[in-house]
Amino acid sequence: MIANDWIQIFFSLTMVVLISPLVGRYLAWIYQSHHLSLERTVYRLLNVDPEKEMTWKEYGGAIVVSNGLFFVAGFLVLWAQAILPLNPRHLSPLTAEVAFNTAASFVTNTNWQAYAGEAQLSNFSQMVAITFLMFVGANTGIAALVAIFRGFTRSGSATLGNYWSDFFRFLIRAFLPACFLMALVHVWQGSPQTFQTAVSSKTLEGASQTLIVGPVASLESVKNLGTNGGGFYNANGAHPYENPTPLTNTLEFLEMGVFTFSLPFFFGRMIGRPRQGQVLFIVIFSLYLAGLGVIEYSEKMPNPLLAHAAIEQQATPFQDGGNTEGKEVRLGITQTSLFSNTTIAATTGAVDGAMDSMNPLSVLVYLVHMFLNEEPGGKGVGFAGLLKEAILAVFLAGLMVGRTPEFLGKKIESREIKLSALSLLVTPLLVLGLTALSVVIPAGKSSMDNPGPHGFMEVLYAFASGNANNGSAMAGLNVSTPYYAILIGVEMILSRFLPLLPLLAMAGALAKKKTLPETSGTFKTDTSLFVVLLLGFMILFAALTFLPPLILGPLLEHLSILHGVSF
Amino acid sequence: MKLFGQSLRATIFLVFVCGILYPVAVTAVGKLFFSGQANGTLVRGSNGQIVGSTLIAQGFKDPKYFHPRPSAAMTPDGSAAQPYDAAFSSASNLGPDNSAQIKAMTDAATAYRLENHLLPSALVPIDAVTASGSGLDPDISLANAYLQAPRIAEVRHINPDRVKALIKENTSKPQMGFLGTSRINVLRLNLALDKQP
Repeated sequence: MIANDWIQIFFSLTMVVLISPLVGRYLAWIYQSHHLSLERTVYRLLNVDPEKEMTWKEYGGAIVVSNGLFFVAGFLVLWAQAILPLNPRHLSPLTAEVAFNTAASFVTNTNWQAYAGEAQLSNFSQMVAITFLMFVGANTGIAALVAIFRGFTRSGSATLGNYWSDFFRFLIRAFLPACFLMALVHVWQGSPQTFQTAVSSKTLEGASQTLIVGPVASLESVKNLGTNGGGFYNANGAHPYENPTPLTNTLEFLEMGVFTFSLPFFFGRMIGRPRQGQVLFIVIFSLYLAGLGVIEYSEKMPNPLLAHAAIEQQATPFQDGGNTEGKEVRLGITQTSLFSNTTIAATTGAVDGAMDSMNPLSVLVYLVHMFLNEEPGGKGVGFAGLLKEAILAVFLAGLMVGRTPEFLGKKIESREIKLSALSLLVTPLLVLGLTALSVVIPAGKSSMDNPGPHGFMEVLYAFASGNANNGSAMAGLNVSTPYYAILIGVEMILSRFLPLLPLLAMAGALAKKKTLPETSGTFKTDTSLFVVLLLGFMILFAALTFLPPLILGPLLEHLSILHGVSF
Repeated sequence: MKLFGQSLRATIFLVFVCGILYPVAVTAVGKLFFSGQANGTLVRGSNGQIVGSTLIAQGFKDPKYFHPRPSAAMTPDGSAAQPYDAAFSSASNLGPDNSAQIKAMTDAATAYRLENHLLPSALVPIDAVTASGSGLDPDISLANAYLQAPRIAEVRHINPDRVKALIKENTSKPQMGFLGTSRINVLRLNLALDKQP
């Protein structure tokens, strides 16, 4: 590694560590203050009473019904694209299965893309379907998270707050203003922002070239700030119009990283125990750091299979070197590693380089991040997942010493454990089950693009990504077939709502319980011992569940490359 | 039923605010302050015609121009490969142990050496034989540019030192001194070449 790599990494990590606590504090203020007059106007317009408290069932119902309508709106726009305005290129509508997959993907904050943006979507669809769904998907995630927080902050309460109030506070005070501001920065750096769509040019050699432009910058900022990840262009953040400079690249992964790493601080402030927030931050940040180290090492590693081709793979003063397949020269290895590690950990799923051409150890990190899905997790149910793991870790610790476990003053009893475990089982069930099915039946196998363990990884990655509501892909896999479009569409919806509803139910049960005072016998969860316990539990759980497919995929590929085997 | 009505109103409201009002506002302000970038960073030739965008690669083939990196972009309907097609960005998506990929890189390195009259043992910069993430990477590494310089000087009958000086003038340093890599924008360099007497 050269000095510049270290400086870029140090700078970026420092920004995350410095800004996240401030954002966490701001988010806590949003939810601990009175309604603004603008918000009251919106509530009147929508005929909702923001003071009406909801039980977990009412809250969950509001999430399901509103998201159902968001989904229908998005689906209709994509499906009826041909008769809607702003379509001068006369693009045909998406097929019903791809429109279903896309609406499901964006409403669940996954942003899996079974379509190629610039080639298949009109500017109207990019705005009214895609940008709209990115806002509401991420916003729903935040609202649900706040409701789950209230399970810990309330004592002897039957309710978890008001969904509409939780939804609009974040949108009005944080999300929309931040997206607007960052969108302008993206325009300044070179992202197009126009209602034109195709620009014809004549190249220096006289060939004709069609440049596709549109409202890119406004989509770009919500893509990252909402940890959404669906790009305007097929190449996503690798496309020079989406990510024109190294500065936009840095801003993009900071947009996703800072917002998500602020969640533990937000949680700590909401429950009145800032130290607990810091401890949870340390847990997820250490997993994030470990991932970054492996990816940077792996992508800089020369490929032994190219030893006889007389290709300079090392960094020199005149080139960045490394595994440049699928990467952009302006970004180089380090910017791409920082971006890809953040996008997976924050469950954004935007990419600034081709995941399918990454070296196997990098893919190993991506898969582990997605299996854990709790570190830090995006505006999906990611952070709530971390709380679930914390509860299970406390439960295990309680078993070891033989006393009733407590977490943040709440007794953890059989109902909480059952609901946590139910939520925990969704990932292995869907990812391993669907991968196993797809690698044996022809409809699954025929979509693979690469041979050998790499092809297996493509399928495993697709289902892990759909499940983690991540949305990045090893894009060689052809997922616009009806088999994958429908299966992954259903998986994304199940993975979003199956774990979320039990967690809401658990929060409802926790809110009812009295908060117990801390005694000398209480197991403290804001200590370094707890960091080790929680990390140990997460790694152990992931290893026990996912080691076999990791060996069959990335580890096998890594070892075969080292032994000079290609497929 | 009340919940359904509220959700319906919210959907209509949010479609309008997030899907229409927000992008329109960004466009209005963006075009006001950064109109060049908002329209796609387009470059116009001497006759005022658009010759491309400095952000998007062009598929230079002529030996008198610097060549970009290989491209895996596709035809507008996505059915086949069409390098440098700006209407369908794409990466190769080939894995590092795919024998087709190893062969493609080895062949590209051989072709690069032939084209630039290099010895068979000369090392080729890796960016010159790998497809970029978008298929539209506008930049190449400095090593790649300097290796192409003698060919260009020969075809254009100009002093190789002049070409090297142009490369130096058109080198983009890491942004703010440390973000990203040092690189050459191929279109900008070729435009500068064409301006040479």
